[in-house]
Amino acid sequence: MKGLKQSLPSIIVIAVVVGIWWAIVVATQSAIFPTPWQVVTGTMELVEDGTLWEHIGASLMRVGAGFGIAVLFAIPLGLWMGWVRGAFVTLNPVFQILRPISPIAWIPIAILWFGVGNASPIYLIFIASVFPMIVQTTAGVHTIEKRFLRAAENFGVSRKKLFLQVVFPATLPQIIVGMRIGLGVAWLVVVAAEMIALRSGLGYLIIDSRNAGNRYDLVIAGMIIIGLIGLMLDGIMRLLESMKVVRWRYAH
Amino acid sequence: MHTKPPSIKIGVQNIRKGFQNEKVNLQVIEGLDFEVREGEFVAIVGPSGCGKTTLMNIMAGFLAPDTGVVTVDGKPRAQPNARGILITQQGSVFPWLTVKQNLLFGLPEGLANRDALADEYAALVGLKGFENNYPHELSGGMLKRAEIARALVVKPEILYMDEPFSALDALMSLRMQNELLRILSIERHTVLLITHDVEEAIHLADRILVLSPRPARIQASFDVPFAHPRRLSSPEAQALRVAILKELGVTGTV
Repeated sequence: MKGLKQSLPSIIVIAVVVGIWWAIVVATQSAIFPTPWQVVTGTMELVEDGTLWEHIGASLMRVGAGFGIAVLFAIPLGLWMGWVRGAFVTLNPVFQILRPISPIAWIPIAILWFGVGNASPIYLIFIASVFPMIVQTTAGVHTIEKRFLRAAENFGVSRKKLFLQVVFPATLPQIIVGMRIGLGVAWLVVVAAEMIALRSGLGYLIIDSRNAGNRYDLVIAGMIIIGLIGLMLDGIMRLLESMKVVRWRYAH
Repeated sequence: MHTKPPSIKIGVQNIRKGFQNEKVNLQVIEGLDFEVREGEFVAIVGPSGCGKTTLMNIMAGFLAPDTGVVTVDGKPRAQPNARGILITQQGSVFPWLTVKQNLLFGLPEGLANRDALADEYAALVGLKGFENNYPHELSGGMLKRAEIARALVVKPEILYMDEPFSALDALMSLRMQNELLRILSIERHTVLLITHDVEEAIHLADRILVLSPRPARIQASFDVPFAHPRRLSSPEAQALRVAILKELGVTGTV
């Protein structure tokens, strides 16, 4: 009941926006721009012929692969860069230069290297999500409080134990923040990445609906679905933040 | 019956320490010499900013002095190790580990009874039933208990306590002092306590060293010959308190 009360204002805002949208389309008698209802019927169409699930599945697969590879790459690298000063000094400038380059700028190179298929969008998603995770993980190691490292030194534990029971868990909250940002960015670029995808994915759905017959109802349906799934993915990452081993960092 | 006089546990010889950079040249410790006997509880009091924490970090091995040497059992001490555990005001109980995991942290993996030891020490400090709680689920006093248990479970010979209870409220601080005395009556350790609280020092210590303002030297040394449990309101304790405060430059309405 409390949840409903809290989200009521948002629901009202959404309802008002949809209402205004509807009114403007009706008032302008637009032949191309759909009403909210047309978006709903367009979506039902996609649900019935099963293509919606295919598109969602394809996008999730690509984001899962690109983001997954980025996690496997960024976390060890970030921990290493955080712990070993030489690694940080050497690699940080390189990543700082690569980081501001939009993943979209990588499209020609992705096509050149990986061709038109699944590998290219996966690569673009990887590029988009890997840098925030490296940066957050490195920063996480750098901000471990000295008193904890001292305590570990005081007890004279092995390097393995120092890493597994101090450095990694101390960094984990920041790693999760990095993963949340990384997954958000990955999902954000899925549309751009799927401009070069072959006949599947929500990005492809949007581009294709526009190109093949001005189906703007499906364009908007695709956009809304991307938004909703993005919200869901963020919710999953938030669950990680509620784990007991990381709560100390987010509390108060 | 004859008892051997307690041997010298810690020796501090001619310690000097300064911090230099382009802007400042700050001499913090200026030639400190003292000894701590085996099983002795020594409190070091001094005005704030006089270099007490620097001294503790040197004694625990976290900081190298510019000159001089700290010996433990007659041998120079270089690196920190589990024979002497440092407990600070801020504390360092790992927030990502449970109480039990914190207690297990310093125990070697191969130790057969490590699990039982962790339980035993959790119970000793009154944390039975909280072994699986995370630090953020504990109160400030319980956190201190966990910190003390984690230090004691590795059987250190020396406890270095740097304002251990200063972050607690007065009542909790007093409780923890009594708790520490109770634990030390079960397990005798050599203890070095740094505090700005003269009453805490009189309550706990066998001997009190008063440091001068920076650069720190030993200005006075007081034996505290009262049996436990001590009554701080006794005339002798009050007289000692006045004498120590006088050394610290506080006179008048004490």
